[in-house]
Formats: sequence, structure tokens, C-alpha cells
Amino acid sequence: MNFALPMKHNRGKALVTHAVLLTYTLIALFPIFVVIVNSFKSRKAIFNDPLALPTTETFSLVGFEEVLLRSEFDVFFSNSLIVSVSSIFFVLLFGAMMAWALTEYSFKGNLLIGMLVAMGIMIPIRLGTVSILELMSSLHLVNTLWALIFVYIAQGLPLAVYILSEFIKQVPKELKEAARCDGVSEIKIFFTIILPLIRPAMATVAVFTMIPIWNDLWFPLILAPSDGNQTITLGVQQFVGQYVTDWNSVLASLTLAIVPVLILYMIFSRQLIRGLTSGAVK
Amino acid sequence: MTTIRAKKAFPWHIIFFLGPGLLIYLTVSVYPLLDTLRLSLYNEEMNGDLTFTGLSNFSKLLFDVVWSDPFWNATWNNLKFFVVHMLIQNPIGLLLAVLLSSPKLRLRNSYRTLIFLPTMLSVVIIGFVWQLLLSPLWGITENFMWDIGLGDYFDAWLGKESSALFTLSLISVWQFVGLPMMLIYAALLGIPDELIDASVVDGSSAWQTFWNLKLPLIMPTIGMVSILTFVANFNAFELIYTVKGALAGPNFATDIMGTLFYRTFFGFQLQEGSLTMGAAVATLMFLVILVGVALYLFLFQRRVQRFAL
Amino acid sequence: MSNSHMKKATKTIAALAAGVALASTSFAAISAEKLVIESWRNDDSKIWSDVIIPEFKKSHPEIEVVFAPTTPADYVPVLNAKLKAGTAGDLITCKPFDASLSLYNKGHLDSLNDLAGMENFSDVAKSAWITDDGANPFCLPMASVIHGFIYNKEIFEELKLSVPKTESEFFKVLDTIKSESRYTPLVMGTADQWEAATMGFQNVGPNYWKGEEGRKNLISGKDKLSDPQYVKVWEHMAKWGPYMGRGYEAQKYSDSQNLFTLGRGAIYPAGSWDISTFNTQADFKFGAFYPPTPDGQDTCYISDHTDIALGLNSASKNKKAAKTFLTWMAGKDFASLYSNQLPGFFSLSNHKIEVKDPVAQEFLSWRGQCKQTIRNSYQILSRGEPNLENELWNVSVQVLNGTMKAQAAGDQAEKSLANWYKPHQ
Repeated sequence: MNFALPMKHNRGKALVTHAVLLTYTLIALFPIFVVIVNSFKSRKAIFNDPLALPTTETFSLVGFEEVLLRSEFDVFFSNSLIVSVSSIFFVLLFGAMMAWALTEYSFKGNLLIGMLVAMGIMIPIRLGTVSILELMSSLHLVNTLWALIFVYIAQGLPLAVYILSEFIKQVPKELKEAARCDGVSEIKIFFTIILPLIRPAMATVAVFTMIPIWNDLWFPLILAPSDGNQTITLGVQQFVGQYVTDWNSVLASLTLAIVPVLILYMIFSRQLIRGLTSGAVK
Repeated sequence: MTTIRAKKAFPWHIIFFLGPGLLIYLTVSVYPLLDTLRLSLYNEEMNGDLTFTGLSNFSKLLFDVVWSDPFWNATWNNLKFFVVHMLIQNPIGLLLAVLLSSPKLRLRNSYRTLIFLPTMLSVVIIGFVWQLLLSPLWGITENFMWDIGLGDYFDAWLGKESSALFTLSLISVWQFVGLPMMLIYAALLGIPDELIDASVVDGSSAWQTFWNLKLPLIMPTIGMVSILTFVANFNAFELIYTVKGALAGPNFATDIMGTLFYRTFFGFQLQEGSLTMGAAVATLMFLVILVGVALYLFLFQRRVQRFAL
Repeated sequence: MSNSHMKKATKTIAALAAGVALASTSFAAISAEKLVIESWRNDDSKIWSDVIIPEFKKSHPEIEVVFAPTTPADYVPVLNAKLKAGTAGDLITCKPFDASLSLYNKGHLDSLNDLAGMENFSDVAKSAWITDDGANPFCLPMASVIHGFIYNKEIFEELKLSVPKTESEFFKVLDTIKSESRYTPLVMGTADQWEAATMGFQNVGPNYWKGEEGRKNLISGKDKLSDPQYVKVWEHMAKWGPYMGRGYEAQKYSDSQNLFTLGRGAIYPAGSWDISTFNTQADFKFGAFYPPTPDGQDTCYISDHTDIALGLNSASKNKKAAKTFLTWMAGKDFASLYSNQLPGFFSLSNHKIEVKDPVAQEFLSWRGQCKQTIRNSYQILSRGEPNLENELWNVSVQVLNGTMKAQAAGDQAEKSLANWYKPHQ
């Protein structure tokens, strides 16, 4: 085999590869970049030269001032945080428990429950909205964050059970059997041996659960649309709907919604990608 | 402790593990879905009472032109929305994944992280962002197109009946291309190096290796990506609602099942919402998704078996 | 997650949960003496909380009032959900006619027949919020809005234009603006759809269907939407397209407001409620003119639409306080406050009120010159499926976009009305 040829070939190939990936990266980032940059500019500058970076002359925080004055971004943000953190916590806890029960024990109904949960991965919970609203009305939970938390737990469980059971299956038999021989209870085995072992998978599940919850508009719009119960997605949607004429405010509110996600993403992307590439979702 | 099993004590621990999750799942997910199916067989009277009417809601939805025109329009639009994703999003995702998995690629992590970034953002945010970018008033896209000599081709795409749906589909593709990319990339990494080495030693070109070895191995992943896309598309709502409102104009050119469901259930402006017709639309959406999922399971059956032990 | 981690997390969650629970109980505790107003007028929330409510509190310090608006597009669905769940506010802002009538029929609104102050409203004012038999008014009328055109006075001066009175003058003005300047002649978009019907069809239309006369004939079935007087409205609108500026198909309501207040457009098909927005955003002088009449027609007709009212939630626990508030709203103080704080919303009460805003005055002055009517799709004609209001949005947009001919618009609207409305079958 001629060694010079593949080398040359490889360099050309690498160049093309980089060109394509770089182009696509730019396409992915450009719109977000434009919005963030313009949120720091004066109204005139936004319209006259949208692509320019803010200069000392055009720099303006008026949009942010307006947004913070006229809407409760801190409330939206903490609502989103309360809802997603609580939901994720219960999804992880209950999901891991269910996954463990379904993979470890054989009992009557195991298959049925497994199938039922598997259905939940594919059938969106949204289709039950009509009755969910009725249910939440009768429980007097409409317009509370609890309504959202319950819905999101139910929404997140199926995928969590699926992913976590894949991992629980990989836990070596000897570990469990050794513990059982020592008389450790099933519950303790789960919490002290199994849970720590599946922590990486938990991180992946957490991210997968978090994204749709944080970004959801449907359920906040229907179940908790007002009175300071808005999540950030709904808050931004309503704010922009209200102040569309004021581009400074619109751009600033979009930026305020984007930046926390960017920060979270920068922190957790490693976990997410590790989870993905280690085969958490096959 | 094998003695416990021998005695066949009541398995309290199973109840403990399954109970809380199952309770919430059954109450908030399974029951509402079944109840929605039930409600679709009723009619809501003026005073709010429900009367059983059998399949009449469905016959209205499917055959009475007042309801069936919007319904088929939304279904057809939704299908187009899905086809655009299948034909554009997933091939691009595959291409990016293949490029990302090329050996010894520098900056791999950066590319991966950055291209996936839009997927993380809310559809609502993305909708607003693109609406601003494509706005004829702001003119970012228009000026850009003039700069590259295509200015004459600029149009108010989001406002035209002929182009609004396609434009929205592309926005969605732009946002979610990271997902197939990641999943396929992970599948490509999962292919054992020995197999690839063997193929190279056999004298296969990169293209042949991809076509004959890698593609068949990642087929299950592509199947999964397809069904995920299908479910997500037939369940979509936010993008259309954000950009075009609940009326999904112009002339319902961007109406999909999610927006139709919302309008039917909650009403719009002077149109009154209907609990039971809303339930009927949701039931039909459920059937559409069920058919899709059944098809997928039929084609990729291996996977159910694995999950069900 | 290890045990210690989990304990920590559990603690955090418990703390959060306690916080949520606490917040909701404290809210319940206050609500005993507090009135909450549901509304879609989020633009007005500052004026309510800073001016109107403090004024009320001067005479009624014991009653707490909170104005809690939802965005206009979400108002109807959100309100319905809250009513169902029993979490809606004590006072509910009413859309005119059937939308509110159905709330009353479902038992969500109380009859206001015996409310002190109801006598301050004429039958016409009450007509939009009363049962079909005229026995039970269920919302207290607040204001009407008038349609017309707002124009940029500086551009008119620059191009030496005068206000058009007739249709041919109107199009001549538009032609001049188009050929002699770079301004957008007619500032309107079709992306949000409702402007096409509201600021287009219902704005210029009454001139053609002769106001109330035509509206009543439509309800009785004597006139059809496919008749010439309606088709002519769409024919008129079909001519707007070329003047509406590039990309108007994707132009939203807010884009139009921006275009006009940035001084880039000359004429803006308006509702009188736009005045307050323009007052704060435009740095040029603007005026208003009523819809130009078809050539040769002497009488002019305007849409003076009963738009907004306030009703009492049947599930309210503070009905006495709520009625006190409603009675106060029926008085002269409120009428004057409301009309002047929100120029463009014209009080429906019989009190003599001086409106100070010059443009609002212009709108008001038309009441003396032209015959008034309300939007023809609101009473009775939107009770069935497909409802006429949505249908008018749809066909009017298509006419403006040039994708539908005027006659076809009339035919389609008539066909959908005839689908469920007996007098048209």
C-alpha cells in the first residue's frame, strides 16, 4: 500500500470536514449571536446596523432596564427552577426505583407495567390535556406550580425508567448477591449499592428531563398561566407578546431567557454528551 | 438471603419501589389519556352537562366539511412538516455525525457542543429569534441576501401562504438537527474498531465501509430517530403558536394538529372551545401516533423484546 | 446520587415545597378582602394600578383591588380554564355579545339587573351584554372604540396632501405618497390576521352596507355577504395591497405600530385604542380621518363598537365589595378618568364627559357627522361553527394578500354562515 496517498487524501478530507462542520456551527450560532448582540444596542442602532457590535455610542441597556422594570423575570426564573428541580428530583428517585423493581424482580404484572411505561416514551402526555385540566381543577391545583410538577414527573418517568433500567442491568450480579448474603435489605441494597453505581446515567436522565420541562410552553400556558406562576418560557412568550413594539425589550428578554440556558449547558454539556456516547440512549 | 424467596413473603419491597412512581404515572398520564378517549364519545351541552353521543364527534371531524376541512388540512400540513424533517433534518444530522466521528478530528468537542446548542433552547425563543431575523422590517436576512446577490429572492416567507409552512419547518430543522446528530454519532462510536479495521484491511474505501458496514449497524438508531421525529412533529405546537398564533395563518397554511387541538379545546376569539371536540381531536392525534409507533415496532421489533426482558 | 446527596436534595425540595405552600396560603388569606380583575387589556395595567384603583381607594380604603391581566391572545382560553377551576378573579372583563352571553348561560356571571348605577347606561350601551330577551344585563358597559385612519401630519404637510373625504381622493393620496416619497403609504400587515377584518373590513365596510341597516338585514337574512354591498368592501380592500409596503404578509400588528411611530409610514388604518400607544411612541404630530365614503355618497358611517365591559364572577366570595366597585365604575368619576387616561376608549355611560386628547376628540367628533354601527359579526352571527368573525379574518387576509377575489370572499363567508345559521339557508 502506498502511504503517501492516504496521507494527502486525509489532509484534504480533514479540510473538507472542518469546513462543513465550521459552516454548520456558524449557521447554528449566528441567529443567537445576532439577538444577544443587538440586545445591548440602542433602538436606532438595532435598526440601522443590525450586524454591528455595540460601540460606546450605540451601547444601551435600556431594554434590560425595561424588562426588569415591567416584568418579573426573577419570579419567572425561580418558578422554572422550582418546577424543574422538583420534577427532576422525583423523576430520578421514582424512576430509579421503578427501573430497579422492573429489572430486578420477576413478579406478576411486571411485563404489563413495563409495557405501560414503555408506551409513555412514545405517547406524548399532551394528548391527555383535556382530562389533565379537569383533574387539576378538581384537585384545585390549577394555577399552582404543583400542577406542573406532577405533570412533569409523569412525563419524565418513562424515559428515566427506560434508560436507568439499561444501566441497572449492567450492575454485576455478584455485588447484589454478596450484599444479600450479608443480610442487607433490598431497600438498602438499592440506595447504597445501586444508586451510586448508576450516577452517571442519572446525570444523563436529569439533562434529558430538564430540557423539555424548562422549555415547555404548553402546560404552563394551560395549567399555570398567571398570577406570578409563569415559568420563564411562558413569561417570555407573554412579555414579548405584550411589548412586541419595543424591540429593545424584546431582544433583552430573549437574551435573558437564553443566557441562563447557555450557562447551564456549558456546565452540563459534558455530562449530557458522555451520557449519550456511553450508550445511555440506544 | 435466599430464605426470603423460599418463604414467598409478600413482596413489600416491590410495592415500595414501584408505588410512588406508578401512582403518579397512572394518575397524571395513563388515566387522563384514557379519560380523554372516553370524553371524545360525549357531547357538552350549553349548561356544561355531558351526554353520551357515541362516535358522532368523529363523524363530524372526519366527514362534516366544517370540521373535516380544517382537520384534513392540519393533518396534511403536519405530514409535510414531518416529511421536511425526515428529508432535511435527519440526513444533515447523519452527515454531521459521520464527519464528527472521523478519526483524530480536532475540535470535535467544540463542534459537537455548539451545533447541539440550539436544541437546548426553548422553541418559543427560537420562534421569536427567527421571526426577528426574517422580519422584512428589520431586514437582516434581506440585507444579507442583497450582499450575496440574491436580494431579489427575498420575500416575506413567513407571511406567504405558499412558503410559511416550509419556512417554519426549516426553522424547526435548524433547531433540532443536533438531536439526530448526537444519537447517530453515539451509534457510530459504538461500532467496534476491529470491524472497521477489518473492513479497511479488506480494501474497502471509506464510502464502502460506511455504506456496507456502518450504515446497517446504525440502522436501528436511524429508526429510533425517525420515530422520535414523527412523535415530536405530530405533537408540535409551540413553534406555530409563537410565530403564527393559534389561528395558524395565513388561511390556515401553517395549521398542524397541535394548533388545531388547542383551538378546538380552548376556542379562539369569538369561537367557543369544546371539551369534547377537543378530546376527539386528541384521540385522533393519539391514533395517528399509535399507528406510527406500531409501524416502528413492527419494523424494529427487536427493541421491544429487549426492553420487556 | 449518594445518601448524603439525597438528604441534601430532599431538604432543598422540602424547603422549596414549604415555600410554595406558604406563598399559596398567604395568598388565600388576603383574598378575603381583595378584588381581582381579570382582563385582556395588559396595555392598561399601569393606568389601572397607578391611577384608577388609587382613585377608588380614596373613597373605599377598605377594599383592595388588583388588576391582573392576561395577554389578549390567551385571555379567552385562560379565563375559561380558571373559571372551570374556580380560580378566576372576582370581576371579569367581558367581550361583547355572544362570548360573554355564553359565560352567563353557563352560570359564570351574575345578573346585574339590580346593580345600583346600571341606570346610567342607555339601552344601546347595554345591548352588547344583555340576554336575548333584554331582561338581564350581565356586564357593566365600560367603553366603545371607533375605527378610522390615523395619519402622519408631517408627511401630509411635506407632500402637500389634504385629508381625503371620498374613496377616489383616498386612493389619490395613496398614489401620491407612493410615487413621490419613500414612505409606506398604508401601514398594515396581515400576519396577525385580525387587523385585516377589524381595521380593514369593519373600518371601511359600514359605508357600503349602510351601517346598522345593513347589519340588521344580515342578521335577519335579508342581505347576504355575497351581495354587492359586501363584495364592494373587499373590492376596495383588494386595492390596498400595492400600498402596504414590502413584506406586509409577514408584518405583525406590532410591526405596523413600529413602522408608523418610526415615521416610516403615512396612513395607518386604526382603532381609537391605538391613540395612547402612539402618544407615547411617536415624536411627530398625527391626526385622524373617518373612512372615506364611496364617491357620490353623502352619508358617512363609522364603526363605534361596544367593546369592553365588566361582569361579576358568580363564584366570587366578595360579591358585596365587587358590587360596590361596579357601582363606582358606573359613576361619572370613573367615566371621566377612564376616557382621559386611556384616550380612544370612550365611556358608554350617559354622563357628560370632556375628553382632552385632541386625536380622541377628532374620533369623537365623527359621532356628530356620521351614523354609527357596531361590528357586524359580533351579535348572533358568531354563535355557530364556523363562526363569522374567524371567517372574516381569514377571507379579508386573503383578499389583502391577493390570493382571493372579492366575490369569492363574499361567497365563502356567506357559505360558512349559511352552514349553521337558519335565516341564511
